[in-house]
Amino acid sequence: MDSETLLARISDYASRPNPYPLYAELREAGPVVWQAGGNCLIGGYHHIAALLHDPRMSADPRTRGEETQKPPFLRLDDPEHHRLRTLAMRPFGPPHTPGRVDSMRGEIDRITKELLEPFETGGQIDIVDDFAYPLPVTVICRLLGVPREDEPLFRGWSDALVAAADLKPDQDSTDTRKAGDQARIEMGGYLVNLAEQRRGQPSGDLLSALVNEPDPALRLTREELAETAVLLLIAGHETTVNLITNGVLTLLRQPEQQDLLRREPELLPRAVEELLRYEPPVHMRERIPHSDIDVAGTRIPAGTSVILVLGAGNRDPRRFQDPDRFDPTRTDTQHLGFGSGIHFCYGAPLARLEAYTALGALLPRLAEARLVQDPPPYRQNAMLRGPRHLPVQL
Amino acid sequence: MPDDLKDGRIVIVGASLAGLRAAETLREEGFTGSLTLVGDEPHAPYDRPPLSKQVLLGQATADTTELPMRRDPEAEWRLGVRATGVDRLAKRVLLEDGESLPYDRLLIATGTRARPWGNPDEAAMDGVFTLRTREDGAGLAERLAAGPERVLVIGAGFTGSEIASACREMGLQVTVAERGPAPLVGALGATLSKLAAVMQRNHGVDLRTGVTVTALTGNGAFTGAQLSDGSRVPADVCVVALGAVRNVEWLADSGLAVGPRGIACDAGCRAFDMYGIVTDDIYVAGDVSRFPHPLFGYQMLSLEHWGNAVEQAEVAAHNMVSPGALRRPHLAVPTFWSTQFGLNIKSVGVPTYSDYIVIAQGSLEARRLAMVYGYKGRVTAAVTVDMSRSLDYYKHLIETAAPFPPPPGAADRAIAADITIPSAVPDPSVLSHGPTVALTGHLPDRRLTVV
Repeated sequence: MDSETLLARISDYASRPNPYPLYAELREAGPVVWQAGGNCLIGGYHHIAALLHDPRMSADPRTRGEETQKPPFLRLDDPEHHRLRTLAMRPFGPPHTPGRVDSMRGEIDRITKELLEPFETGGQIDIVDDFAYPLPVTVICRLLGVPREDEPLFRGWSDALVAAADLKPDQDSTDTRKAGDQARIEMGGYLVNLAEQRRGQPSGDLLSALVNEPDPALRLTREELAETAVLLLIAGHETTVNLITNGVLTLLRQPEQQDLLRREPELLPRAVEELLRYEPPVHMRERIPHSDIDVAGTRIPAGTSVILVLGAGNRDPRRFQDPDRFDPTRTDTQHLGFGSGIHFCYGAPLARLEAYTALGALLPRLAEARLVQDPPPYRQNAMLRGPRHLPVQL
Repeated sequence: MPDDLKDGRIVIVGASLAGLRAAETLREEGFTGSLTLVGDEPHAPYDRPPLSKQVLLGQATADTTELPMRRDPEAEWRLGVRATGVDRLAKRVLLEDGESLPYDRLLIATGTRARPWGNPDEAAMDGVFTLRTREDGAGLAERLAAGPERVLVIGAGFTGSEIASACREMGLQVTVAERGPAPLVGALGATLSKLAAVMQRNHGVDLRTGVTVTALTGNGAFTGAQLSDGSRVPADVCVVALGAVRNVEWLADSGLAVGPRGIACDAGCRAFDMYGIVTDDIYVAGDVSRFPHPLFGYQMLSLEHWGNAVEQAEVAAHNMVSPGALRRPHLAVPTFWSTQFGLNIKSVGVPTYSDYIVIAQGSLEARRLAMVYGYKGRVTAAVTVDMSRSLDYYKHLIETAAPFPPPPGAADRAIAADITIPSAVPDPSVLSHGPTVALTGHLPDRRLTVV
């Protein structure tokens, strides 16, 4: 088939359960594969990794002329990206708060146990709705300082924002973009309001830390606070749901690997890295060159939308031996599952901890379990790819 | 040599980072023969970078930096015993206790030691330290924790600068004396050395450049130093950070190509003998080696880099158990890092192999930048300050011999990104401390002397 339609075919909902043959076609079609819409796809590991580190590549949609308000730091370039990310990192990780993620270990354990408690052998559960979604949502709510019971409220906003960020080459995206912008404004207002309630009354969470920063040079403006809080709340749960669900799905499909992990639970951290390679939660990222660049002899003009297909890079046989095999004992797992370069996943340590805890606690109960539906129904989104439901008979 | 390269007797002299990683790799590659590691320190292999950072700050103790083992190398460990020579005809390593170890293949990874203060009597005074070993780190950490009035650091290379940084972080008064014009100038050139000087002074270091220490004074215990400008620095602790000396004396009669910059070897880590003939049973890895690098004009590089020790050890071990056609060259692009005065400095390539530089991203004012070094119109090195995630991009430019200055387009491109300035790397003999990267072949810049 014509390689010009690859993005359309990848985005097609029918491809969601297994996009990997299309990714192989993409890698075969060349290092840079032009699409009918004028954008291009890149699916080779080494080219993706190089472009993620290339300071000429912009993450900002305004670089290709999109008229939009200033995005959160995920889609900003340095030095502004660096300033905002560093400020957001101060209450979350090293060097200023090195113990934050580790201190959440006990709580994540407890939430996991509580969620697993009602599961009965022989019963049917939905891994997504009953486990993989509530866990990270509860954790991110605690971390940020958002009331858990407001979940129905922010879930709607989150859905609209994630839909707006997806790549849909065939459809007119004006309406979803508008809905996304509206959701962003409402969700930002909601979170800033929560933060304001903590001004002068520190409560130990991130919203409180961000609003109570004593040094004026290190404070976020109201708009920056809104953007950052929205980003953290969404990124903090949308992706981890996929990671945990993909993990359960992969293990149920491969009972021998499941047995191995039950016998040798110390392999679990390595298995999570392999999972991030084999079934990453984020499959594509867009970058736009600030100036004309050259990739393996192909000129890509400034302003072009360049889609880096992380999911294809992770299965590149030029980088990984036997790439289509899920192997929890694999030691060479330098995957693109968290991206790379300056935008490397901010929440990676938390995501890893949640995934170890969730899969570790679930493993003993999966021995007799089976998939009710394979493949399971997937979410619409091609970029943040994962099952919408994962019914399992315990 | 037995026909089967996976069998036989291998001796590794040097039980630090390179020795350990080589031993692990040998087993990883399926070597089933006997393996002996000889080390003159009485400890299992340990990590040295924390000794000038976390250990001095009291965040870790010197006895906790043991290197994690990737796998059990199933080796016989001869620790606390010095090797005194090699009999290449008999194929034996001679030990100081009179014993000798037969080998089929030998790996030399004896590394470096701290260059001692020139006057042994002054060096022996209480309060005078060098920093290389675990004992050095423990002793200096204890002395700093006791809260001395002032610390004198002689030499503003990476080690000296990191020690000064740790002292200031602990609130101690510190004077740094450097014979060159600024800290780190030998490794990074004039522009970044000016930033390093500003950082030191902003952090309260009493930085004296263009001076030498002419005498350490004290009556049994160190009380101060005389400088060449006639001034005197009263201090109760002195750290001599004058660079490193390669541990090659034990090979003086071996007939190998041994000199002050190390043991010369080929791209496959095989040692040369003194006639320039390559051996096939003696390999070299880590700080003690000098090896040719195609990216830097095939000059012989001597590196004191953690990453090089690991990578070269892996290549050497692979080649020791592989037939000729399957051997690999050691082509890794040199990299190193340093943390000091709140800055994270990382380097890729060989900054001293340069004639011009540009600031490609960020700025000196922001204390966050990427500086690119070029030689005769191609990129040869880059140094980032608090911008390490850009490093891989520049590494790729070095590996592909990309034109210098690098192409424009970075979002945080410096205003002057296309204005090249001379790199101004001084003659290493000007510095108090030795170079951490030495180019020892034909040198590109007349300001450098052939050594």
